[in-house]
Amino acid sequence: MTQQFLDRYIAGSSAIHGLDARVKLVLTVAIIVCAALMPIGAWLALLALTVLIWTAIVVSGVGLLTILRRSLLALPFLAVVVTLIFSVPGRPLFELPLGFATLTATDAGLLRFTTIIWKSWLSMQAALLLTATTHFLEVLRALQALRMPRIIVALLSFMYRYLFILVDEAQRLLRARECRSAALEGSGGGSLLWRAQVTGRLVGTLFLRAFERSERIYVAMLSRGYTGELHTLRAQAIGRRDLWFGVGGGVVLAIITAQAFLG
Amino acid sequence: MLETLVRSLVLALHISDGLLSLPVSALFWLLTVASVGWAVRRTEQALDDRQVPLMGVMAACIFAAQMLNFPIVGGTSGHLLGGALAAIVLGPWAGVLVMTCVVALQALLFQDGGIVVMGANIFNMGVLTAMSGGAVFYILLRIIGRRAWGLVGSSFIAAWLTVVLSATMTSLQLIASSAYPASLVLPTMIGVHMLIGVGEGLITAAALSFLLATRPDILPAWIADEMRGTSRPLSTRKILGFGLGIAGIMALLSPFASSAPDGLEWALQTLGGGSSGLSAGSPVGLLPDYTIPGVGGGLSTILAGLVGVLIVVALGYGSALLIRRRRAETRATKSITTS
Repeated sequence: MTQQFLDRYIAGSSAIHGLDARVKLVLTVAIIVCAALMPIGAWLALLALTVLIWTAIVVSGVGLLTILRRSLLALPFLAVVVTLIFSVPGRPLFELPLGFATLTATDAGLLRFTTIIWKSWLSMQAALLLTATTHFLEVLRALQALRMPRIIVALLSFMYRYLFILVDEAQRLLRARECRSAALEGSGGGSLLWRAQVTGRLVGTLFLRAFERSERIYVAMLSRGYTGELHTLRAQAIGRRDLWFGVGGGVVLAIITAQAFLG
Repeated sequence: MLETLVRSLVLALHISDGLLSLPVSALFWLLTVASVGWAVRRTEQALDDRQVPLMGVMAACIFAAQMLNFPIVGGTSGHLLGGALAAIVLGPWAGVLVMTCVVALQALLFQDGGIVVMGANIFNMGVLTAMSGGAVFYILLRIIGRRAWGLVGSSFIAAWLTVVLSATMTSLQLIASSAYPASLVLPTMIGVHMLIGVGEGLITAAALSFLLATRPDILPAWIADEMRGTSRPLSTRKILGFGLGIAGIMALLSPFASSAPDGLEWALQTLGGGSSGLSAGSPVGLLPDYTIPGVGGGLSTILAGLVGVLIVVALGYGSALLIRRRRAETRATKSITTS
C-alpha cells in the first residue's frame, strides 16, 4: 500500500487546488452540513447542490468519474439504509415475500431512502474532492488554524506519516503467517482459540515494532532540534481571492438551503 | 436479504451519513467534543515530549492492526477494534485521543463512516471503547490480578465489553433517530457483536500476554505491580467512584432505550407470541417497565435508572468488601505460615 493511492491528484494546478486550505475546509464542511439539513423530498435543492459539487469537481480537473468511482467504495456501508424502504410506515407500494416474513415497501420509506442515499452520496463527494485536491498536511494546518487542539493535529500528522509504513508492516506479518500455516483458509488450521492467539501475537508484535519505531523517531527529532514545538515556514495569510471565493460559496449554499425549506 | 442485513449491521459500527437524525448527530458531536477536550487537557497535563510521536505511531499501529484478521466461521473473520488495547497500554486518556484519531482518519481518508455522524462514530468507537475498556480492565485486574488467569481474564472481559457497549450505543443512536424499529436493531446488533466481541477479547488478551512476556517495561507500571502482588489494595472509594461513574452514564442514557424492549423480552415476545412475562405484573418488577409510578416521561426513566444503579452499587460494594476481607485473611494466614 502506498501513499500514491491517496495523493495521486494533489499535484494539480486548478483554481480548486490553489484555494487556501482553510477556505476549502470550511466550504466542504458547509456543503456537508447543507446536505445534512436537506428535508426529505427537497429534490430541486438536492439537484442544485449536485450541480454545484460537480462543477467544482470538473473545474478541479480530478475527473468526475474518478470521484464517482471512489464514492462507490462506501456503498457497503449504505446497505443498511435499504431496510428503511420497508420499516417506515406509509402507503404500501409492493410486497417482497421472504421465507419467514413478508416485507412491505412503502412510498414514505422509498422517499426517505432516496433522499438519504442522495444526501450521503453528495457529502461523500464533497469530502473526496477536498482530500483529492488538498494535501492532508495542509488540511491539518487548516484545522490547527481553526483552533483544533495542537496535540490532536500533531497525532494526526504523525499517524498520516507512519500509516502506510505500519500497514506494510502488518501485511508482512500476515504474509509470514500465511507462509507458515498452509491450511488457515476457512475453518482449518487449528482451533479458534489457537487462531485468535496467533493473531493476538501478531498484534502484539506490531505494537512492539511501532513502539520501537516511535523511540527511534523521537531520538531523530531530538537530534534535529525538537523542543516540543512543531515549526513550519508556511505563510498563514488568507488572500483576497480566497476570501471572495469563500463568501461566494457560502452565499450560494445559503440560497440552496433557503430554497429547500421555503420553496 | 437477511445475510446482507446482518453483514451491513456488522459494518454498521461505522455509521454513514444520513442514518442518524440531525439532533442525534449534533448531540453526539457535543458529547465527543466535550470528552475529547477533557482527554486533551488530562493528557497535556502529564505530557512528556516523547509521548507525542509514541501516541501518533500507536494510532497508525491500531489502524494497521485492524487489518490483522482471523477466520472465525464461514466467510466471516474477526479483527481488532483496538480501543481496549490502546487504553490499557497507553492509559485511558491517551487511548481516547489515539482512537479519536483512528476513527477520524478512517472517515476523512477512506470514507469509512460519514462526516456529519463522525461525532457519534468517534464517541462509539473511540471515547466509549477507550474509557470503558480502560476502567473495566483497571477494576478487574485490581480485583483478580494475582491469579494466573487474572490478566487474560480481565483484558478479555474488558475488550469484549467495549465491543458490546459500542454496538449498543450505535443501535440506540439508530433507534433514537427513529430510523429503525428497536425490535430489529437491538437484538441483532447486540447479538452479533456479542460474538464479534469474543474475537476482540481473545486478540486483546493474547496481545497483552505477549507484551507482558516480551517487554513488560512498556506496559504501565501498575500492571506489573499487580501481577507481582506488590501493589497496595484498591481503595473502596475508588471502586465505588468508578462504578458510580459508569452506572450514572448508563442511567442518563436510559431514556434512549426506554421504549425499546431489550433482547430477552424481544425473544420472549417472538417465541411466546404473547406479551412478555418479565416486566408487566411480575412480582420481581419493583419498577414496572423501568418507570416510577407518578413521575412522567424521560425523567421517570432516569430516576428509575438511578434507583437501579444504587441497588447495583450497594450489591457490588458489599461483595467487594467481602472479597477484601477474605483476601486479607488469606494474606494473614500466608504471612503466618511463611514466617
